[in-house]
Amino acid sequence: MSTTVLPSYDDVVERYAPVIGLETHVELGTKTKMFCGCPTDFGGEPNTRVCPVCLGLPGSLPVANKAAIEATIRIGLALNCSIAPWSRFARKNYFYPDMPKNYQISQYDEPLCVDGWLDVEIVGEDGQPELFRVGIERVHLEEDTGKTLHVGGATGRIHGATESLVDYNRAGIPLVEIVTKPIPGTGAKAPIVARAYVTELRDVVRSLGVSDVRMEEGSLRCDVNTSLSPAGSAEWGTRTETKNVNSLRSVERAVRSEMLRQAAVLDTGGRIVQETRHFHEDTGDTTSGRSKETATDYRYFPEPDLVPLAPDPAWVADLKAALPELPRLHRRRLQQDWGLNDHDMQSVLNAGAVELIEQTVAAGTTPAGARKWWLGELSRRANEAGVELSAVGATPAQVAELQKLVDAGKLNDKLARTVLEGVVAGEGSPSEIMAARGLEVVSDTGALTTAVDEAITANPDIAAKVRDGKVAAAGALVGAVMKSTRGADAKTVRSLILSRLGVEG
Amino acid sequence: MSAISREEVAHLARLSRLAVTEEELDTFAGQLDVILQAVARVGEVAAADIPPTSHSVPLTNVLRDDVVVPGLTRAEALSGAPDSEEDRFRVPRILDEDEPPSPRGEGPAEGNA
Repeated sequence: MSTTVLPSYDDVVERYAPVIGLETHVELGTKTKMFCGCPTDFGGEPNTRVCPVCLGLPGSLPVANKAAIEATIRIGLALNCSIAPWSRFARKNYFYPDMPKNYQISQYDEPLCVDGWLDVEIVGEDGQPELFRVGIERVHLEEDTGKTLHVGGATGRIHGATESLVDYNRAGIPLVEIVTKPIPGTGAKAPIVARAYVTELRDVVRSLGVSDVRMEEGSLRCDVNTSLSPAGSAEWGTRTETKNVNSLRSVERAVRSEMLRQAAVLDTGGRIVQETRHFHEDTGDTTSGRSKETATDYRYFPEPDLVPLAPDPAWVADLKAALPELPRLHRRRLQQDWGLNDHDMQSVLNAGAVELIEQTVAAGTTPAGARKWWLGELSRRANEAGVELSAVGATPAQVAELQKLVDAGKLNDKLARTVLEGVVAGEGSPSEIMAARGLEVVSDTGALTTAVDEAITANPDIAAKVRDGKVAAAGALVGAVMKSTRGADAKTVRSLILSRLGVEG
Repeated sequence: MSAISREEVAHLARLSRLAVTEEELDTFAGQLDVILQAVARVGEVAAADIPPTSHSVPLTNVLRDDVVVPGLTRAEALSGAPDSEEDRFRVPRILDEDEPPSPRGEGPAEGNA
């Protein structure tokens, strides 16, 4: 790899057409596992959330979790799929200790949901929103695997490991796999369409409340298929499957880097091998995993321990009728409610501020007021701190309260920023901070007067000079008050000091 | 015509991690052939309108509510393990697999902790 000179991206998309496909796994947020009553909460001591069923002990029998079936059907419906009138689980047999049964219960040729689509919005070159319809091949249900830890060997390195230690707490947690149809025709936009798809899918699943869909915690995982064919060719190229793609940004990077790599191979007369590749977060490259040409034969067959599923059409109809508004339509409605043009709405989306602004407005302020703080001062602080906007340290309720104080004329814009600084620092609510620091535009004297009196008492010489008419000397007193109040409004402090000393400002 | 080839038997043995000798391959291929031929006779009477049977009892939708049920203690869970370490099942590392067939894709290339 390192010896290959990669062509430029623009050059690649001029000469080759990419086809992408995505397989996404979502860990459901059910209370119990897929086929037994063991709890699913994250972080238990090893092997404390296990029972004969998820340990695959002889004589145990799995029974499917109704909530997981329901969640899967709802995901299928939200993705415009048909719900199969008849569906079965299948055994996927493989030899690896992360499943104690030596097989995973999955679905094979009879998935619960088939043939749907998800509309995905990206920003076109002209800055206008552009819609891509991504076909959904299937949505099926399976169980997650246990965690293996490799130990032993002289070097302690993974390849020298001689033993595996296995924790089965995760084994049996319901996993929904969502597989797209191949997505042709995205050209240079393939990487951003891939990212937009996973983002939209995440938002859809989150809106259904069936998973917390956090990529960083592994409750949403993604495999990315990529192939290239010469521009204008009717046939698609050989695809590779990139695993270990653990963030939205990585989805985009993985497609792009795989397009570049494949183009370099094809340019030199090479051939793409159908294989699994691993994405590396640090370098943004993929490296070869296993070749599909020697891929394991999973020997799928219908799971004899579970009876077939035949979802009652009336139940499915009820679930469909109760689906929440889909995120894209919800955003469209918010954009109208907030009176934003596409460009401004895009800024809100890019900042990850949709929900925050929505909640701020719900807490009782205007959309414009809410947007100003989240996209302005708070976005700036989040960028500086390198955190998500939602983790910046201010809540929608606090921002709404702040804006209300501004609207009521108690704070001007500059003072409000100072108050916000206190909110982010965790000093309390905007009202509390305003009172504690004496920041109110029309001072209520109170705390501020006390601070002023203290400063005067502590600096009798300066106070005397000011009384004698040397008004400029008041600056030192102002400074002392600013310090003790941690940033009161200087103008207010100054006029207060002068009036206390009987001098007209 | 034989219902299963010697190569298929070797493939199955590899999937099952069974060390089967050349001699045994011949023996098993012959035996499995007899079994498969016998089972294949069912196919002769199956009509197009009879779907393959996977379950002998006509039941569907046997589901349970999403309610936590106490499972095993860790000591109980590990009591049947051939070996354990750090509260985990301890098993020989699968070393000669160039690919972990696990759906998680964990194994030699990654998954160390």
